[in-house]
Amino acid sequence: MNSRPMLLAGLEPLVIGDDALFVNVGERTNVTGSKAFARLILAGDYAAAVEVARQQVQSGAQIIDVNMDEAMLDSKAAMVRFLNLIAVEPDIARVPAMIDSSKWEVIEAGLKCVQGKPIVNSISLKEGEEAFLRQAKSAMRYGAAVVVMCFDEKGQADTLARKTGIARRSYDLLAGIGFPPEDVVIDPNVFAIATGIDEHANYAVDFIEATRWIRANLPHAKVSGGISNVSFSFRGNEPVREAIHTVFLYHAIHAGLTMGIVNAGQLGVYDELDPELRERVEDAVLNRRPDATERLVAFAEGYKSVGKKLEEDLAWREAPVGKRLEHALVKGVATWVVEDTEAARLEVAARGGRPIEVIEGPLMAGMNVVGDLFGAGKMFLPQVVKSARVMKQAVAHLVPYIEAEKAAAGDAARSKGTIVVATVKGDVHDIGKNIVGVVLQCNNFDVVDLGVMVPAQKILAAAREHKADAIGLSGLITPSLEEMAHVAGEMQREGMTLPLLIGGATTSRVHTAVKIAPHYGGPTVYVPDASRAVGVTTQLLSRDARAPFVAEVAADYERIREQHARKKGPALVPLDAARANAFRADWAAYAPPRPSFTGRREFRNVDLAQVAELIDWAPFFQTWELSGPYPAILDDPVVGEHARAVLADGRKMLKRVVEERWLAANGTAGFWPANARGEDVVLWQDDARSTPALVWHGLRQQGARPDGKPNYALADFVAPEGGPPDWIGAFAVTAGLGIERKLAEFERAKDDYSALMLKALADRLAEAFAEWLHRKVRRELWGYAPAESLGADALVREEYRGIRPAPGYPACPDHAVKGPLFDLLGAKALGMSVTESFAMLPASSVSGFYLAHPQARYFAVGKIGDDQLADFARRTGLPLDAARRRLAPNLS
Amino acid sequence: MQPDRTEELKRLLDERILVLDGATGTMIQQLRLGEADFRGPPSCGLAHHTHDVGGDNDLLSLTKPDAIAAIHDAYFAAGADVITTNTFTATSIAQADYALEGRARAMNRAAAAIAREVADRWTARTPDRPRFVAGSLGPTNRTASISPDVNDPGARNTSFDELRDAYRDAAEGLIDGGADLLLVETVFDTLNAKAALFAIEEAFDAHGSRLPLIVSGTITDASGRTLSGQTPTAFWHSVRHARPLAVGLNCALGAALMRPYIEEIARVADTYVSCYPNAGLPNPMSETGYDETPQETGRFAADFARSGFVNLIGGCCGTTPEHIRAIVEAVRGVAPRRFAREAG
Repeated sequence: MNSRPMLLAGLEPLVIGDDALFVNVGERTNVTGSKAFARLILAGDYAAAVEVARQQVQSGAQIIDVNMDEAMLDSKAAMVRFLNLIAVEPDIARVPAMIDSSKWEVIEAGLKCVQGKPIVNSISLKEGEEAFLRQAKSAMRYGAAVVVMCFDEKGQADTLARKTGIARRSYDLLAGIGFPPEDVVIDPNVFAIATGIDEHANYAVDFIEATRWIRANLPHAKVSGGISNVSFSFRGNEPVREAIHTVFLYHAIHAGLTMGIVNAGQLGVYDELDPELRERVEDAVLNRRPDATERLVAFAEGYKSVGKKLEEDLAWREAPVGKRLEHALVKGVATWVVEDTEAARLEVAARGGRPIEVIEGPLMAGMNVVGDLFGAGKMFLPQVVKSARVMKQAVAHLVPYIEAEKAAAGDAARSKGTIVVATVKGDVHDIGKNIVGVVLQCNNFDVVDLGVMVPAQKILAAAREHKADAIGLSGLITPSLEEMAHVAGEMQREGMTLPLLIGGATTSRVHTAVKIAPHYGGPTVYVPDASRAVGVTTQLLSRDARAPFVAEVAADYERIREQHARKKGPALVPLDAARANAFRADWAAYAPPRPSFTGRREFRNVDLAQVAELIDWAPFFQTWELSGPYPAILDDPVVGEHARAVLADGRKMLKRVVEERWLAANGTAGFWPANARGEDVVLWQDDARSTPALVWHGLRQQGARPDGKPNYALADFVAPEGGPPDWIGAFAVTAGLGIERKLAEFERAKDDYSALMLKALADRLAEAFAEWLHRKVRRELWGYAPAESLGADALVREEYRGIRPAPGYPACPDHAVKGPLFDLLGAKALGMSVTESFAMLPASSVSGFYLAHPQARYFAVGKIGDDQLADFARRTGLPLDAARRRLAPNLS
Repeated sequence: MQPDRTEELKRLLDERILVLDGATGTMIQQLRLGEADFRGPPSCGLAHHTHDVGGDNDLLSLTKPDAIAAIHDAYFAAGADVITTNTFTATSIAQADYALEGRARAMNRAAAAIAREVADRWTARTPDRPRFVAGSLGPTNRTASISPDVNDPGARNTSFDELRDAYRDAAEGLIDGGADLLLVETVFDTLNAKAALFAIEEAFDAHGSRLPLIVSGTITDASGRTLSGQTPTAFWHSVRHARPLAVGLNCALGAALMRPYIEEIARVADTYVSCYPNAGLPNPMSETGYDETPQETGRFAADFARSGFVNLIGGCCGTTPEHIRAIVEAVRGVAPRRFAREAG
């Protein structure tokens, strides 16, 4: 869709864009909708009326609708008085107002009282085009968005065709006077269903379909509706009304409903509705069967009876305590939460557990359900606010026990470090952050909690003042994501290096990797939920574990960014422009080192014990579908036990592989005089560089690089023709020789586990062999880093000079060079070959090139344009179609 | 009415950071004028005015025009591209304190004409560097969103309509006198600004032509809000409907404290951004009344410019032509802020 956001404001901004969840407009400050509010206004009790507004905002209304259309009232004066009163209440005025009246003069009087950007509710074609346009122009001049009712000279639109027709006409008229389309909110009229009149049966469907049509056909326009109208025929039967609202909203939101005037207290959770009730309501809302109304009315009668309702309500009290807490959290029921929390605490204590486990266990589980429902659009902000309140009560009950435990621990509870936590500016949601705070404190971290709506400067100042060891940022709503990136940027600007933890319901690993981490040079780590906070923080603050953990996370995020970039398909620049922005090494200032020999050399039956020392275990766990960074994965509360088990088995088998020579490792490597020629690298047979041995066809990154980085090709790291003499190396290694014999043995014994384990180990050994050989190349064979002495960890992190790109990997995606490469290396003599589809045999093999330039680095070519495809075809002599097939993954 | 120079300004703003002038009040204070100077020669007809008018700086456009022209001249000489008219309090509402509400429109017309003449002289001298006159519309001394009565939060000492009429009057004077832009500045209550913007649109309608606008808010303290309680982004959302050429912040706080707020505006605004802070915080011991030296101001300007926050930059209270000279040096050659422009 990608429509322009509507930018509203009270004292604080409200951005309603495509990524905004459903926006709920509070309806209780509306005299036509709330008898209680009407009574207060009529009695002149404005102080109490202001409290109604405050209560609405506190329970999650993001906009408040104010309507004073009452025959007994001077509506204009009441509108002005009420708006002026709430204007000076910061916790009400922070949200935008919706100025609601059927009389334009009342609306206009209201517009003169609000400093923010409000919404006018409503204008329409009821009195013809002239009045409509005059009012629209005026709204624009006052700086307001408008709700346009689907109403024209003939009356209110009741069919889909009328709704869409009037919506289109209104929208086009507004476009004609330059009204910003993103500030147009169409209200396609919610009418009551299940009235017994056949013509009304399709009203809800018509609204939903009109919503879908508007979002698809009127660019940037938003859609709103007065939700409670739909259930009007069930007045007095609150449970059924609530179910109708819930189901109707669920479908309307899926169709693109932007906002709605709702009573937050009259909303249920779609998934939590009684299935039978939900089905009957859904039949009526979606007009799925001719007898839907009769069936719902019959069912609703029974539902109304008090006995049934109480029974329904209390059944959940019989469930186990964990389920009871979950129910209380999802439903926002606080009545029994302290009782249930205490029961859970006693249960935990009875088996020797700690009070914190109640939070980490059932309470977190319940909040995760809330988070999932919210994310899926099945719960709305007001309900989440209620859940958070229940959660707070539960946590508050536990805090004294947790403190007592800490006090009893005495010196044993020495502080492990100080963490500053805050909900970022613009966001008031703190439940997740509070839980993280409690959990960290229980684990002997000092926590400085700055509260909610905290600006970046205050966070940074507090971190300095408290000499914090890490900063944790939380947020629930979408704009918080941007604010977190801002905080990260500020930390960078002020030269901070301490770890930054990111959490909260809308955050994600991908978002952290793509949008936040790039702003900050220090470690930036996404924490999926409070239970992970301790593990992550402990590693970040540990002297030994920190570096590998940070490196692992950084590598993980880099991968995510690459994947993301591939998915997104960034804008491509023409090949000429990419070439103009190539990486340019300073060949005048750099003399490429000459290898100790040219041509190929073999390495047979290499000592696997030496090779095994260089194994990188991280990818090993992926074989077993255990995800998580190594070695942190070993302590992971979910998969840690399993991870430890496979690692132990792996090490045990590895010992036998080495000692009993289950596998043989052969390899070959060589060096050739070489030059870059555009994106190609030519390897020569002789020092005179007269006979080519191999032409390695490369590709250049073609993505637009607004960050000023070059468009890399691997050939950029090799001296061009006419430059200084240069060389490149190549290699092919395997650790899989003899594996078939052993695999057959396992197969006969039906031991799949050992077979899979052996394959995994052979893969690890092949990689480690490549690492081992590369090190030998750097130290001796090419010899440009004779003094290098790096441990296995540093090798894994590639902290050395030079790279060994492998065909088929992101920097050189074309697999086809493997054939000529194996020929050049004489790999066949060592028992290695390449299949037609460029797979290497044995499977546990690695091959590639060596580049020695100090600035050589890995990168992903990513998507290329048709111009480079044509150029590649020309260079390789392939027909264009064949080239296209070979590079398919890199073509958009 | 001057022709609409929006396109010319956009071209310049895409090319480089434009520099606004500095304080007018600070410069006038240094002239140490007395009551008689403010009343002017007998031809001004104020010899027997019932109220003291000393300190009514905007009156000087009528009674001592040469002094105002000399200040504009000094700022252009320092390298400013845009000067603001001496009309910060020249609304009928603010002038009521001096019983001069009837002269508000004349003050605006005269001030704009003075600035026009000086600007045209500089443009004629260096035609490749056109100079501009921004007609200043100040906040008035009343607020439409805040109650003056602690016992009645719903009370107000002015109204949208009253403000709109006062601003219309002032805007007409500025347009008649030859302003190139209109500058709704030092906004501490956004509702006042919205009344000004409403009045300006009405004036444009009446003339059948437009001038580019700048809207500049004021963050009054470290809470990061306007006096009427809005955050910088909320302020921008609330004035965006006027489609100003530039939006920004000025006055209260010095540049150092203003940084996060101008950064926020720079991040959210899809139009040019202006910024003209005070010369630091008030300091009664200093000659200008504020504590920043031109060198310090220049360093802040360089930081804002290099951080990509601004397209227009200048000074507010306490800044002098020396400060502006330092700003001109600091931003020379630094690329102006870029922003995403909506197509269509």
